[in-house]
Amino acid sequence: MAVESRAETERQHPVSPVAADVRLDRVTKNFDDVTAVDDVSLEIERGSFFALLGPSGCGKTTTLRMIGGFEEPNAGTIYLGEEPVTGKPPYKRDVNTVFQSYALFPHLSIFENVGFGLRRRGVRGADVRGRVTEILRLVGLSGMEKRKPRQLSGGQQQRVALARALVNRPRVLLLDEPLGALDLKLRKQMQLEMKAIQHDIGITFVHVTHDQEEAMTMADRIAIMNGGRIEQLGTPGELYEHPQTAFVAGFLGISNLLPGTVSAMDAVRLDDGTTVKVPQEALRGRSGRVAVGVRPEKIRLGHGEENRLSGHLLETAYVGVATQYVLDTRAGNISVYVQNSEPGAQQAVTGEISWSPDSTFVVDSMEGAEAE
Amino acid sequence: MSTVAIPAPRARPSALARAWAFVRRHTLTVYSLLFFAYLLLPIGVVVAFSFNNPKGRFNYTWQGFTWKNWAQWDAIPDLKSALTLSLEIALIASLVATALGTLIALALVRYGFRGRASTNLLVFLPLSTPEIVLGASLLTLFLNLNNVFAIGFWTILIAHIMFCISFAVVTVKARLIGFDRHLEEAAMDLGANEWLTFQKVTLPLIAPAILAALLLCFAISIDDFVVTYFNAGNRVTFPIFVWGSARVATPPQINVIGTAIFVVAVTLMLANVVLQRVRESKGAV
Repeated sequence: MAVESRAETERQHPVSPVAADVRLDRVTKNFDDVTAVDDVSLEIERGSFFALLGPSGCGKTTTLRMIGGFEEPNAGTIYLGEEPVTGKPPYKRDVNTVFQSYALFPHLSIFENVGFGLRRRGVRGADVRGRVTEILRLVGLSGMEKRKPRQLSGGQQQRVALARALVNRPRVLLLDEPLGALDLKLRKQMQLEMKAIQHDIGITFVHVTHDQEEAMTMADRIAIMNGGRIEQLGTPGELYEHPQTAFVAGFLGISNLLPGTVSAMDAVRLDDGTTVKVPQEALRGRSGRVAVGVRPEKIRLGHGEENRLSGHLLETAYVGVATQYVLDTRAGNISVYVQNSEPGAQQAVTGEISWSPDSTFVVDSMEGAEAE
Repeated sequence: MSTVAIPAPRARPSALARAWAFVRRHTLTVYSLLFFAYLLLPIGVVVAFSFNNPKGRFNYTWQGFTWKNWAQWDAIPDLKSALTLSLEIALIASLVATALGTLIALALVRYGFRGRASTNLLVFLPLSTPEIVLGASLLTLFLNLNNVFAIGFWTILIAHIMFCISFAVVTVKARLIGFDRHLEEAAMDLGANEWLTFQKVTLPLIAPAILAALLLCFAISIDDFVVTYFNAGNRVTFPIFVWGSARVATPPQINVIGTAIFVVAVTLMLANVVLQRVRESKGAV
């Protein structure tokens, strides 16, 4: 219910005044009796790096495949720019895809793989050579033209898949978990490289991932999907600082969520009787049962800030850059991260903690309807 | 039960133990050699007796070596026409059956349609039905069609295509099952329509299976006797010729043709294998 009302707001207030490169208008996709994508509306602005983020089965890949033309929606319309493309086959859409499995043609050389799209568009001879050479240089694979895909490492194959799509200069580039098969170190490196490439060429990227860190690192805007719907859409900062649902708060990083009841325009009474101040806009007109959230790193030890709780220490964990304390308070268990900025400066824990009202967010009560 | 307990004679095993060790070491080798002898001896006999110089009409006992049979391979009346007919039938049948079989395999693997499961089963039927039943009932069918097809070339061809299709379907299907559909999606994503996608991506990738199906169909068609015998009318294929002549004489030229067919088939199959190896090593160095 709450999600639908937010989707409504999204539609009434366009995401941005800049022209949308991709627009989904009330798109629904069913597979037999399973609804994979449920009445999703979405605008992706030109030149942005957009991420569809969510757990497996949330509908993000289906959404991407509908934009690419590999699945047709049961209802709704998809626009590329001003043009409705619903019903058009993939080869009539100005988008290119980087597949999760890369899907490089095993019987063709790297040169012919990358040149495949150009040749289909009638580009010939020296032009093909020039553009393929240029794009392979961009992704750092110069001199690999004559090799076959299986002669390359996973990371190199990933770059070929990227080059094969980018060389066609599509309106939109679709990326389906493109880094999923790479090891952690290479993945981190490719995240930054792809962001740089996107910045250089200015093509709209739509990136599907289940890795919240990857989405936060790369994307300008993120749509968090759950159960076929968009839970929340915004910049990484907005999503992290002001999650609107318990699902978003839990999916992006770690949150402390404390159940309570709205008691004033800017206050919530927690179940232990403590009243905490929250920003008025965080309540967004909610009343009754809610959950108050605060990120572990926003909490201070001691009673220096306005919102205060007391409890006793359950656990201490040293995690390198920070120390994590878990406290048992009557309002619930709370995690606190304290930066290890000075060596040996482990703080004495009195059981008193506090945080600023500005760092507080409010989500709908999780009681009864747990998202995951 | 430690070192102390080991009896001294253990150092020198008994004759029996040594014999047992010898048997154990060589059993597999001997068994393998026997197996290959069993498999290849009949072929060896065919090849050897194509160089025999028989005294009488029957080529059943070794008389002496000669090149004569190879030099005059078509000296026997009607042998050449029988061979020509067999080659024609095998060539057309394998081409048609492989083309149809490939399309059926594509439909079976790619599309969900009403009756897919039963089609899958029915395709196997000609493989499991006794040939003699198949041949006899086909003849009955052709006769009941009241000369729509004159019994002869066309009925042989139809029969051969029929039983070859099953082999072609099974061969191509095996390759298609492991086929990554994303490759075709990628081709369409890059601007290739359905036909170009098939031509540029699907076909080159299943080509080895199609080639294998072609060779298999050819080999099965060219030496089919049972079904052909029922449906040939007065036409004589090479197997029917061999059968017919065996009652009055067995000229060594039959062995010559048999050997030639064997050599060609083995050469083609080896070429296919070598070609694949070369392709793969090109992609793997």
